[in-house]
Amino acid sequence: MCSEKGKGEAMFTIDVSAFDDLLSAIKAKGYALLGPTIRDRVVVYDQISGSKDLPIGWSDRQEGGTYRLNKRKDQAFFGYSVGPQTWKKFLYPDHLKLWEAHSDGSRIEIEPATPESRRYALIGIRPCELAALAIHDRIFLEGPYLDPHYQALRADTFLLAVNCTEPGGTCFCHSMGSGPAVKQGFDLALTEIVENDDHYFLVNPGSDRGAEILQEVVYHEATAEETARAEKALSDAEYRMGRYMDIDNIRELLYRNLEHPYWEEIAKRCLNCANCTLVCPTCFCSTVEDSTDLSGASASRTRMWDSCFTSQFSYIHGGSVRQSAMARYRQWITHKLASWQDQFGTSGCVGCGRCITWCPVGIDITEAVWALRESEGETRREKTQLTGV
Amino acid sequence: MKTSTQPKPKIAVWKFASCDGCQLSLLDCEDEILALAGSVEIAYFPEASRAFVKGPYDLSLVEGSITTPHDAERIHKVRRSSRVLITIGACATAGGIQALRNFSDVNDYIPMVYASPEYITTLKKSTPINEHVYVDYELRGCPISKHQLLEVLNAYLNGRKPNIVPRSVCMECKAGGNPCLMVAEGIPCLGPVTQAGCGAICPSYHRGCFGCFGPKETPNTASLSDWFSRLGLSKPAILQQFRGYNGYAEPFRKESEILEYESE
Ligand code: SF4
Ligand code: SF4
Ligand code: SF4
Repeated sequence: MCSEKGKGEAMFTIDVSAFDDLLSAIKAKGYALLGPTIRDRVVVYDQISGSKDLPIGWSDRQEGGTYRLNKRKDQAFFGYSVGPQTWKKFLYPDHLKLWEAHSDGSRIEIEPATPESRRYALIGIRPCELAALAIHDRIFLEGPYLDPHYQALRADTFLLAVNCTEPGGTCFCHSMGSGPAVKQGFDLALTEIVENDDHYFLVNPGSDRGAEILQEVVYHEATAEETARAEKALSDAEYRMGRYMDIDNIRELLYRNLEHPYWEEIAKRCLNCANCTLVCPTCFCSTVEDSTDLSGASASRTRMWDSCFTSQFSYIHGGSVRQSAMARYRQWITHKLASWQDQFGTSGCVGCGRCITWCPVGIDITEAVWALRESEGETRREKTQLTGV
Repeated sequence: MKTSTQPKPKIAVWKFASCDGCQLSLLDCEDEILALAGSVEIAYFPEASRAFVKGPYDLSLVEGSITTPHDAERIHKVRRSSRVLITIGACATAGGIQALRNFSDVNDYIPMVYASPEYITTLKKSTPINEHVYVDYELRGCPISKHQLLEVLNAYLNGRKPNIVPRSVCMECKAGGNPCLMVAEGIPCLGPVTQAGCGAICPSYHRGCFGCFGPKETPNTASLSDWFSRLGLSKPAILQQFRGYNGYAEPFRKESEILEYESE
């Protein structure tokens, strides 16, 4: 697993032409390469074979309920922010059979599904996504109840992180303390520099195996100028995000506003369609579905992604606890920003902005927080008045 | 588990005003039909066979809406001869595309369609089965999904609840990895207010959802209409979106009536 190395460690530089060597070296260690690529006019995560599959030269424009790709003037490899998919599609898949049962008429035999191991290399995982991964690790791998499937899929994951020098219109990781530069939990972290005729990556090894991979490609120790450029690009990025959230005492803010007219305002717009939860890198709620074959001789249980925006989600004996959109939205945001802290010791939101962009009607988690604050007489502060954590 | 000595449940398939597409979904279960034939007795299914066993039936599948005085009588007979009655498809559960007549006067149409209008006896409205008799379960879709049909029969045979949930089509899009057409391209889509079940076929083929599976639970049609106008649709164009195969289903009907009122 990754050791905790971060900013301030020795930095190295590789030319853009060495990027594919890096991928080949990772692949040679037996990892399946997964990374960003363009499909259906958006950036998705899928198998990639090399840099040629990356969205080279593309950027995105993101707003509440809107996402558009557009061409960049340069040939940046990572000049876009996150799209609608998350890495959970690989590590916490949507449809997963948990067990099968067979009956011969007198005896029932239950066969649990064998967890499948995978060795994924997540190419281009962003800082907010690394933070989300750490949250899932904590939920599924710590405490008395482990998720054996997550454990097997996640047992050996190579993390090639990419810092964000081009944050998106709905990003607010800086407010949440998760970006735009990675802090820990990666094998290699890259910062891409594309300026005039220069195109190179600053490389920060975050683990021994990351450092080993770096040995396989041509690199040099970063010059002071190169390091300075990268640092500037990242500190500029902190204030180029489209969204900001003030998280000061946010837990208490949410808890003391469980009754608030704003929730009804949101409910008028919210479609309770569940998109926000399905695109969220930290949301992990699931349901199980039991089914039989026609004869009733075999049965199986499948785990599927679910969402607190459905009525079934809170269905208990006698009915659904959260029948209204108001109750569902309030539950979601209060869990993300407040009760998650009580439950897991971190925020449930890492500031990736997906729930804002991919909400079909542009409902905005950061706006909700500002609305509550303003209703209590606070004035909205400028970006620069808010510092990251 | 059932044993072979138990009598097989008798199933009947009935047709009212409809296109037969939903019944064809049953015939389309080629691979599964043998297993099904082993578990049930298809006692009455004129679309498939002329052999017919007299009722009462354990399970009736009803396709089509009620559009004539004769059918309004007949559905009661069907109900009386069925232990369990399941409606299949948008016609039977919401009145179908023919329920568009409910928004105008059917007598205006008859002379346009039929050469001898005097032979036509029809009701003013096309109505779903549940407006006439008690319905045990409604299977949505135009046409229904073969997978859901098998699931409901399977659940019936095994005495369990069908795994059919009234959640949004969006959830099927996300599960299938489709990027949202509205967000990524500004294409109007009824997915956020429509019940899942089709596997998000239309969005998978780059077309906004038509709403074939009818309104999902707690659908917020007003908010979606607002967003459609932000995408540049006129009120009459939004109205058209809601007046489709499930246009007479209450949430869609109310939304289109509000839009009609506002456009006047
Ligand atoms: S907040 Fe947006 S994405 Fe989430 S359920 Fe409501 S309408 Fe859907
Ligand atoms: S709540 Fe929204 S912004 Fe926060 S992590 Fe989830 S999708 Fe991203
Ligand atoms: S939220 Fe931050 S880390 Fe995530 S994509 Fe945006 S800028 Fe990058």
